[in-house]
Amino acid sequence: MIVKELCQITSQKEIAHDIFELTLKGELPNSMNEPGQFVHMKVSNGLDPLLRRPISIANIDKKASEFTVIYRKDGRGTTILSEKQPGEKVDVLGPLGHGFPVEEVNKGETALLVGGGIGVPPLYQLSKELVQKGVRVIHVLGFQTKDVVFYEEAFSKLGKTYIATVDGTAGTKGFVTDVINNEELNFDIIYSCGPTPMLRALENNYSSNHKVYLSLEERMGCGIGACFACVCHTADDPTGFSYKKVCSDGPVFKAGEVLL
Amino acid sequence: MKGLQVELPGLSLKNPIMPASGCFGFGREFSDLYDLSMLGAIMIKATTVEPRFGNPTPRVAETSAGMLNAIGLQNPGLEKVYHVELPWLAQFDVPIIANVAGSTEEDYVQVAREISKAPNVHALELNISCPNVKTGGIAFGTIPEVAKNLTKKVKEVSEVPVYVKLSPNVTNIVDMAKAVEDGGADGLTMINTLLGMRLDLKTGQPILANKSGGLSGPAIKPVAIRMIYEVSQQVSLPIIGMGGVQTAEDVIEYFFAGASAVAVGTANFVDPFVCPSIINELPELVDRLGVDHISEITGRSWKTFEKSNHRA
Repeated sequence: MIVKELCQITSQKEIAHDIFELTLKGELPNSMNEPGQFVHMKVSNGLDPLLRRPISIANIDKKASEFTVIYRKDGRGTTILSEKQPGEKVDVLGPLGHGFPVEEVNKGETALLVGGGIGVPPLYQLSKELVQKGVRVIHVLGFQTKDVVFYEEAFSKLGKTYIATVDGTAGTKGFVTDVINNEELNFDIIYSCGPTPMLRALENNYSSNHKVYLSLEERMGCGIGACFACVCHTADDPTGFSYKKVCSDGPVFKAGEVLL
Repeated sequence: MKGLQVELPGLSLKNPIMPASGCFGFGREFSDLYDLSMLGAIMIKATTVEPRFGNPTPRVAETSAGMLNAIGLQNPGLEKVYHVELPWLAQFDVPIIANVAGSTEEDYVQVAREISKAPNVHALELNISCPNVKTGGIAFGTIPEVAKNLTKKVKEVSEVPVYVKLSPNVTNIVDMAKAVEDGGADGLTMINTLLGMRLDLKTGQPILANKSGGLSGPAIKPVAIRMIYEVSQQVSLPIIGMGGVQTAEDVIEYFFAGASAVAVGTANFVDPFVCPSIINELPELVDRLGVDHISEITGRSWKTFEKSNHRA
């Protein structure tokens, strides 16, 4: 059920360089039932910027009626959002989209969670739910550089956590795929969110003999499937008329479902 | 709702508010959020003879108080719209205005002939103004004689009244309006988007894959108001106004300019509940203007005689 609500900010922290953790309070968490969904936030009350900003949900705390998002201050919209203080209200539409299917992995099995940059946040709620279910989790989190690494400790509490940075200033130097190869990790399923080249590499390397679920990023308009801004071709009809909408059919797709 | 009913050719509207074409899909997404029967009408997404995937992404780019889009008329094609989408919409007590698009005259005629047979399609909106398709489209909307002939052809086959959607990307919109009136149009809808472009500051390249796109949102409202003000004084056709409508106050302004009903576009992307909100707020605003019916304020901006009457 999609709800539009003015949620109150209970906390806003810069947890890494230009990476903000924002916690909001309201009724919305009651409707959040899948890790990997997102909310669509109106960062200004006026007409500029006009559109909402889609941001994935990093943590759901139903008991406290709170949820947390983590975003990168990168443009005008997220800069305005980052200046908001606890007590202020934000117009939030959500929860939107289809998240990661937790039911695809069984108790006692191992899930590999692979995140890249600002694609890491939704994996946190996912990891918590998997651990609660009795699934063993391994995290491989890739970042550009040491300054933008976040939640390493939080993930470490849930399971083995590997960090990779492009410049080698933290963890292993290189990409997440290097870590998976070098550490010879064994797993039953992959859940991933991050830049498309990373998702493509995971799909190419592992989808033939593993279940792989990928969360896509795309420029969005409405976030509910009405504007057709975020469509992609399906993999079985790469040049034809069949399509999926990242916002409402996704953002999580099974590897091989859509053309990356 | 009292004071909001509007009668237009083919359309008996319980209120003058409807989502604009391309901003509401075929209604499915919004039907989960509210009862579509509360809308005055629904302008469904443009329909072409064959299915269209549309343009590559990025298809949208935000601008100051607006957005650019270059979706490229993505739609499942006439057959699916007729046999799947329209029957699905029939469960709601709301008239449908079918937006008809194409690349050739034959395309328009074929879609118009077939889609106008659907029982819940009460009017057509002839889309001669989409800026985002390479062939045809825009030419039909910028050359008066071409627009007139197309209107005539479509009128010959349509079983319901035909509204022509005018493009603002012309030197003289009144000439276009008069031409389609001569062609037999039953009404006008205006305005479509304004052609625009945004560049990426890092790469220097256009953000949209299509390079240019249609500008919509509050940024274009003054352009629409001015054009409706001009056109409504020069032609006798009713006008469904659109362009940047966000609030009930905007609706009143459109009526003042000369509109008889109003479509809400981009605002649906910002607030999916915007149409019901506007419908709920309208009666009080109409009441405050001291009129019994919203139709009484159509064209107030130029009907000086009536204005002085009110003062007396």
